[in-house]
Amino acid sequence: MLKISNLHASVEDKEILKGINLEIKAGEVHAIMGPNGAGKSTLSSIIAGNETYEVTDGEIVLDGEDLSELAPEERAHKGVFLSFQYPVEIPGVSVTNFIKTAINEKRKANGQTEMPANEMLKMIREKSELLEMDRKFLSRSLNEGFSGGEKKRNEIFQMAMLEPKIAILDETDSGLDIDALRIVANGVNKLKNENNAVLVITHYQRLLDYIIPDFVHVLMDGKIVKTGGADLALELEEKGYDWIKQEQEA
Amino acid sequence: MDLKEKLVSSFMAFEGKIEADDELHAIRSQAIKNFENKGFPTKKEEAWKYTSLNAVLKNDFSVFPKKENSIEFKDVKKYFLHEIDTYKVVFIDGVFSSFLSSTTHDGLDVCLMASALTKPKYKMVIDTYFNQIASKEESLTTLNTAFALEGAYINIPKSKVVEKPIEIIYFSTGNEAALMVQPRNLVIVGENAHVQIVERHQSLNENPVLTNSVTEIFAQKRAIVDYYKVQNDVQTANLIDNTYIAQKQESRVAVHTFSFGGNITRNNLNFYHQGERIDSTLKGITIIGDKQHVDHYTLVQHATPNCESHQNYKTILDGQSNGVFNGKIFVEKEAQKTDAFQQNNNILLSDKATINAKPQLEIFADDVKCSHGCTIGQLDEDAMFYMQQRGIPKKEAKALLMYAFTSEVTSSIKIPELKAKIAKIIATKLNVNMGFDL
Repeated sequence: MLKISNLHASVEDKEILKGINLEIKAGEVHAIMGPNGAGKSTLSSIIAGNETYEVTDGEIVLDGEDLSELAPEERAHKGVFLSFQYPVEIPGVSVTNFIKTAINEKRKANGQTEMPANEMLKMIREKSELLEMDRKFLSRSLNEGFSGGEKKRNEIFQMAMLEPKIAILDETDSGLDIDALRIVANGVNKLKNENNAVLVITHYQRLLDYIIPDFVHVLMDGKIVKTGGADLALELEEKGYDWIKQEQEA
Repeated sequence: MDLKEKLVSSFMAFEGKIEADDELHAIRSQAIKNFENKGFPTKKEEAWKYTSLNAVLKNDFSVFPKKENSIEFKDVKKYFLHEIDTYKVVFIDGVFSSFLSSTTHDGLDVCLMASALTKPKYKMVIDTYFNQIASKEESLTTLNTAFALEGAYINIPKSKVVEKPIEIIYFSTGNEAALMVQPRNLVIVGENAHVQIVERHQSLNENPVLTNSVTEIFAQKRAIVDYYKVQNDVQTANLIDNTYIAQKQESRVAVHTFSFGGNITRNNLNFYHQGERIDSTLKGITIIGDKQHVDHYTLVQHATPNCESHQNYKTILDGQSNGVFNGKIFVEKEAQKTDAFQQNNNILLSDKATINAKPQLEIFADDVKCSHGCTIGQLDEDAMFYMQQRGIPKKEAKALLMYAFTSEVTSSIKIPELKAKIAKIIATKLNVNMGFDL
């Protein structure tokens, strides 16, 4: 579904990604772990089309289509979703109005008509219940005054509404207490099916207790240096990253 | 003959036409003398450093409209809060239009300055309030005082809660090639009274207009005044708005200024405190482009203890437009426990737009809380990326962000129909249709 080949990227002439290769098939859950500054968030931003970074080589292909030339919104319309580590506050625009706009823009881009109001309401109700969200929450201004946990829950709510092909969760576990973590993970697991895929970007193994990955990749210094199963995450949690560095240098 | 000479030489004729008692005559004569000495302000004066009237003053303005004009309500309906019932004081080319107005003397006075200035029954009120807080030095204010005649007179008695908003609208029809008008409003809000007022100046075609308006507002003890200025005029309209507000103890006055259009707009907004536990709010949204120019010049004079003032001005500039924010907070020695807050945020959408922001705090008391913040920036790239990632195209994302930027000001509009109207104007200015009411 998503195929990243030889991806190099830099910001202000500093190379951050130095040749990433990654293939994610439909129905799979992948995790990318790594120390701070390894390039994890850069990778997720680049897949989503953030123009702050310059892709100097390689390609990102979704279902056979090269995404390189597409704007962030066009990638979103094709099914790329990024759950932000730091979601942005938009005062004066309610959660409901924001998600309505997002859904209808996607439908418009895909040649569909606007979603009928009753269908929209039904979907909002279902998905907000899935994430155990208070109804009042939906009429509040987007992310304004939300706690860290509410912001993340709201990200997964939007993901549920937009039904992406590939969902990238960037440090979704940061700022979550254990109950919120469980709710968010449960939401992701329920949305997961054989036609979509999830890429979890995380510094800690904690979230992976709830969202079990099929593959775990270790990103260090702009490259994937090791790939394994769910066990690898546990091993990293226990031993840290130094042993991999040594393994590399050996 | 330049405009100054024209005005000075027409003063005698003006005075000859109207009945004025001795007091009024003395006030006017003093005022025209002051204007004659000072003339129009120039950029040499600190207060006018960033705003030049030179080009505007070159127009050959008529200072008195030659004939009365009428307008059909349907043609100007959109400028009113037509969805709801309101009191209306409407002027066409500076002359009162009884046809478009809806005035009252039933339990409150919403009527004409011209009657108040000339009829004996208003004499006591006029002697007490007229020209009491308007500046006797500032040249444009004194120019207005010299010619003060037409305008709105609003007197709300003690404990009266006015059940519907009052709209004051000045239309210019363009029947004159170029027109100068000088409205004069007087608003007195009694103890515990509550009123909402919306003021608007609107040209109906492209002939140049210069409006030099003065409004005096007196808020008595515990009075609540919500005043809204809607400035969305055509590109050939110039407005100098001089508003003076005196507040007695525990009164609350909020002025919201929405500057979305016009050629040159200058808002001189002055608050004077005359009692304790007063609350003053000054908020504004400016969204302009092309070569438009908006200058907010505010003063809050904290003269008494335990009072608060809150200022929040948001500006979005595109094209080659200019914005100016000069906010002065003056805290006198007696004004202990003052809480004065000032915020001014500006977004520049174009390399050719400029903003001049100047907070001025002069504090002579030692136990006060005063803060100010000023930011100048472009649209937040992270926020843009966030919205685009959710599939919202750049143009709409930009509009949403700008709307969000102004929401601290729009959120405190107390008249829902006005709030909707302002949101609609903002959406139009930003050239988007979001599919929901912003």
